Amino acid sequence: MKRSYLLLRHRDIPDLNDLAVYRQHGGFEAFRKAVTTLQPHEVVEIVKASGLRGRGGAGFPTGMKWSFIDNKNWPHYVVANADESEPGTFKDREIMEGNPFQFLEGLMIASYAVQANVAYIYLRGEFWQLAHQLDRRIQQLHSAGLLGERLFGTEYSLRIYTHLGAGAYICGEETALLESLEGKLGQPRLRPPFPPAVGLFGKPTIVNNVETLANVPLIIERGAEWYRSFGTEKSPGVKIFCLSGRVNRPGNYELPLGTTFRELIFEHGKGIPDSKQIKAIMAAGASSALIVADERALDTPMDYESVPALGAQLGSASIIVIDETVSMDWLIRKTIHFFQHESCGKCTPCREGTYWMKHIIDRIHRGEASQNDVELLYDVASQMRGKCLCALGEFSIEAVLSALERFPKDFAARVAQQEPAL
Amino acid sequence: MTKMITLIIDGIQVTVPEGTNIVDAAKKAGIDIPVFCYHPKMHPVGMCRMCLVEVGRPVIDRATGQFVRNEDGSLKIQFNPKLETGCTTPVSEGMVVINTSDKVKRGRKDILEFLLTSHPLDCPICDKGGECPLQNLTMAHGPGTSRFLFDEKKHLLKHTPLGELIYLDQERCIQCGRCVRFQDELVDDPVIGFSQRGRSLQIVTFSEPGFDSIFSGNTTDICPVGALTTADFRFGARPWELNAAASICQQCPVGCNLTLNVRREAVASGKVVIKRVMPRQNEWVNEIWICDKGRFGYHYTESIERLTQPLLRKGGELSPVSWEEALEVVIERLRQAGENLLSVAGGRLSNEDFFNLRKLTEGIGGKTALYTQMGGGDLVALAGMPQGSNLGELGKGDAILVIASDLHQEAPIWWLRVKQAAERGATLIVALPRPNRLDKFAQHILRYRYRDESGLILAMINALSAKRPELPQKVNALWRDAEVQAAAKAFAEAQNAVIFFGSEGVGLQTSQALAQACTNLLSVTNHLGRPNNGLIPVWQRPNDQGAWELGWRPLPNLGEEMGKAGALYLVACDPAADDPALSLTPDFLVVQDLFLTATAKLAHVVLPALPFTEREGSLVNGERRAQRYYPAVPARPGPRPDFAISGQLGKMLGIDLEDRIASKVMMRIAAEVPAFAGITYSALAQAPEQWPIIGRADLYYGGTTYENKQGIGVQLPNGIQRGEKLTLTWPSLAAGTPDEEGTLAVPITRLYDGGSTLLPSRLLDQRRVRTVIWMHPAQASANAIQEGDLVHLQIGEASAMATALLDEQVPEGVILAPRSTGIPLHEPHLVQLKVVERS
Repeated sequence: MKRSYLLLRHRDIPDLNDLAVYRQHGGFEAFRKAVTTLQPHEVVEIVKASGLRGRGGAGFPTGMKWSFIDNKNWPHYVVANADESEPGTFKDREIMEGNPFQFLEGLMIASYAVQANVAYIYLRGEFWQLAHQLDRRIQQLHSAGLLGERLFGTEYSLRIYTHLGAGAYICGEETALLESLEGKLGQPRLRPPFPPAVGLFGKPTIVNNVETLANVPLIIERGAEWYRSFGTEKSPGVKIFCLSGRVNRPGNYELPLGTTFRELIFEHGKGIPDSKQIKAIMAAGASSALIVADERALDTPMDYESVPALGAQLGSASIIVIDETVSMDWLIRKTIHFFQHESCGKCTPCREGTYWMKHIIDRIHRGEASQNDVELLYDVASQMRGKCLCALGEFSIEAVLSALERFPKDFAARVAQQEPAL
Repeated sequence: MTKMITLIIDGIQVTVPEGTNIVDAAKKAGIDIPVFCYHPKMHPVGMCRMCLVEVGRPVIDRATGQFVRNEDGSLKIQFNPKLETGCTTPVSEGMVVINTSDKVKRGRKDILEFLLTSHPLDCPICDKGGECPLQNLTMAHGPGTSRFLFDEKKHLLKHTPLGELIYLDQERCIQCGRCVRFQDELVDDPVIGFSQRGRSLQIVTFSEPGFDSIFSGNTTDICPVGALTTADFRFGARPWELNAAASICQQCPVGCNLTLNVRREAVASGKVVIKRVMPRQNEWVNEIWICDKGRFGYHYTESIERLTQPLLRKGGELSPVSWEEALEVVIERLRQAGENLLSVAGGRLSNEDFFNLRKLTEGIGGKTALYTQMGGGDLVALAGMPQGSNLGELGKGDAILVIASDLHQEAPIWWLRVKQAAERGATLIVALPRPNRLDKFAQHILRYRYRDESGLILAMINALSAKRPELPQKVNALWRDAEVQAAAKAFAEAQNAVIFFGSEGVGLQTSQALAQACTNLLSVTNHLGRPNNGLIPVWQRPNDQGAWELGWRPLPNLGEEMGKAGALYLVACDPAADDPALSLTPDFLVVQDLFLTATAKLAHVVLPALPFTEREGSLVNGERRAQRYYPAVPARPGPRPDFAISGQLGKMLGIDLEDRIASKVMMRIAAEVPAFAGITYSALAQAPEQWPIIGRADLYYGGTTYENKQGIGVQLPNGIQRGEKLTLTWPSLAAGTPDEEGTLAVPITRLYDGGSTLLPSRLLDQRRVRTVIWMHPAQASANAIQEGDLVHLQIGEASAMATALLDEQVPEGVILAPRSTGIPLHEPHLVQLKVVERS
């Protein structure tokens, strides 16, 4: 079934990242509509009604987040989280490369909705080329009278600034992002207070993921009801699923929420190479619990409500496929190394726990460990649960605990082998 | 009225003000929730996760807004399945906190296990051992064995100097952030910070010299492990070997409460020596902090240069003699001198010393003079901080004016208290001709020209009150200034107001005038007679206020008076060194001091005195709080307390004086001096419970500052409180600036000076101020002076050589010279400059 793209529209329309082309295809009409005919709170209501949920991983209802902004404290800010760093996630990059203006338009509508006159795009440091491109595009928007003072003859003005990070996954966590944006050490803040109350420079701030914002112009243009015609009741809309791992056709797939794992992996992803057996699925990139890829799992719809039944979260929908050729000790060694490297160090359990887990899994992997060490690894991960300051620490243990619980044979085999892995 | 919240912690009902966090609330109930990163004087950060507790809250029905109740009527409590950090969680009505469940206990054990994985097993060689929260909490809550492999331990730098004063052991650091937050939040010196991330997170310093902060020593108190240690105490002693003596710092008029830790040791030939200086909690004076000058500036008391025997001039040379012989000579000559005796004493002396010396002198018929270049103490006695005051209470609605003083360098802990008051909302008005560390926190910055201090205050009065006596034209120009008017208005509208006045830019007469002007300002704005309203003097010495309270006054033209005197009795002052042009040739000169000073070398008799560490005594600080200090080490054989010497002399002359027991001298003071009525050493030793409960016995919740069991002192009622009348007199201002030859040189105070009580602390050498003068680049080029040139200064009849440094922050037209570096400049004076050597 060929459906036209809503977010990855550049796959249908060539040169959509050219402003003229984007405008030819109705670009910025939604923004004009919002600024000239709608009150800010009306925009919030429409997005609320659409049921759009955050696409960065938390799945928090976007309209509700916007409505939390503190209207007694000014100015307001909107920050686009373009720190895409979750392993297995590469959707925001494609949006910003191929369909940047839809993302920018979404950011601009969001700014209008919460009456922010300044918006920031925080990009991971490695996206410096993207940042330069965005800067040029923002300049073009200024020239076109779509950014700047008194837009469309109204009192509303808006400026957008890009800001580069410096190579820290933790700066994708919204409060650590704000700290980094303020020029401080990128470590998460205490919550509460949350950014809509106390955010950038202490002011009410909305932080939204790039993909989330890319949905907004369509919702304003075509309405909440239309948006709800996709996806499921509690998880409406379309999602860009980032498929990677042991599949024949990895890549970004824009599909309605509620599509099954089976459809994504076997229909769009064309299945496992070399006719191997699928073994497990990580649905939320490295921050996932491992889903045992049995029939029930494969037939589970990919939405925020259904996936938890499998003992995991949908998260950012970065679907990593694991097949029988992958040994779980190898896999979680990758994730543990990642989280240990990225831990900010602020809180004791994550700082010490990820470091400890790294050493244990390295020993297991080198064949220098015993079953006691496997149990120790489980203990250390369990000790971290419920104690960390932010989600990094909490989610870093998901893969570890689920791998040890659901695939104990892999570890027993490694311990028994006593020789280094491939 | 603060709202009160009632909650239950471990079954104990506690009622605390709204906004209190769970850790503090538990403390009030006598329950200790273990912490590392939390400190009661700083904002909580919830980093270490040690204070995780189970928290339950009453369930509220969304529809009705009412509490849901169980069948038996009790509130239905919903517990958070996740543990919460007590330090970051404010209490709420009906909250239930569980501190003793298995879940909580396991949580603490887990966190400790995590902390101990890469924490080195340094206890046998770590200074913190014995007063270490990590040790104590591990014993209380932690695992007994380690599951971590030693080979995998993280290695970081050990015993690295952050600066020459503070050493860092990065391996011991548990990344609690207390030091970084203290420097950033509390003392505005963010010179240390975290570098790297994850397990590689480590403390580094950004400043040159390293850890450039006058409060750096405090971080070693609040560090919960042995990561931060002072160069002074490193490898010095084990805490449990130390005895603690309560004392008062004598380096400035704040009067910080100290604990001196002492130990008898073989290395010191069996003597008891001071191993370190620690703060003692006094929330009315210094809270739990001291500055580095107080912490590291005690070495002079142990110097081998100290006088140990009386000296008598025989045949042109000073020879050691017995006390009997020396005192006989002194008695004889003092009796001869009679009304020609002039006793001059410096502000280092205790109340008892001042009292006895004055009694002795006046009993003989002689005169006394306080050795100081700063006046106004009589006005402070009248209108200074009244009984019941506490700078820590000033906040929104109050005002603080600081004039003619760079508090950061002259009285650091007052700088800190004023800064905190401003952060709590007090209106801060800073009046100084040059930028300083308080400007940042001020709502009004008044830059006047040196010598216009009193004029500025009078201008503020004129901006407010209709009473306008005839005043010079320059004052009129000032009171029309919008900034001055705004400041005056803010000051007047404040509920409570205090004025700090200092000695920068003023001399004896002009500081008296300034004090008068300030008192007038307080009077016309109705800020007198109530607690937290009054005049605070930034004296240069610790007990100048005590001297003034006990009737000592400076003499104008002291040099002349000393020249006329038949006999001079100089105690705790060194005029010969301060003023080389002074000729000291009285018929009889007796000098009583700690060291053989330049003045002592000229004396006929030299009497050795004891430093404060070896005797008892009491002082009155600038906020008019009388505080007592206790002996820390046994007195060196030979020297005697100052009050004992004058007491003995008095007795030998038939004057009834107490010469042995300091508390008895205080009894006499209390009987004779109205301000001291009711003051006894027992009263000074009263030590109520203070909040926050720092305490050392309970896991060092607030650091290793000592709890105060030896007394918080007593604030003396001021004259107005005792019913004395204040008459407004208007100080006379110099009509205008006379034609001047030369450049105005102004002495300023730098914290680390070269004075005799600080020079022996070699540890501070790198930070000590050198013999320099500072001038604006424009001023320098006008005098053809370049940076680094050696310049000859002619100051009246005296002269000095100093290195010239250029600084744009120096007001144009003046040069600044630091005190106590050998430059004989004690009040603003015209100088002639000449380059002697190019840089």
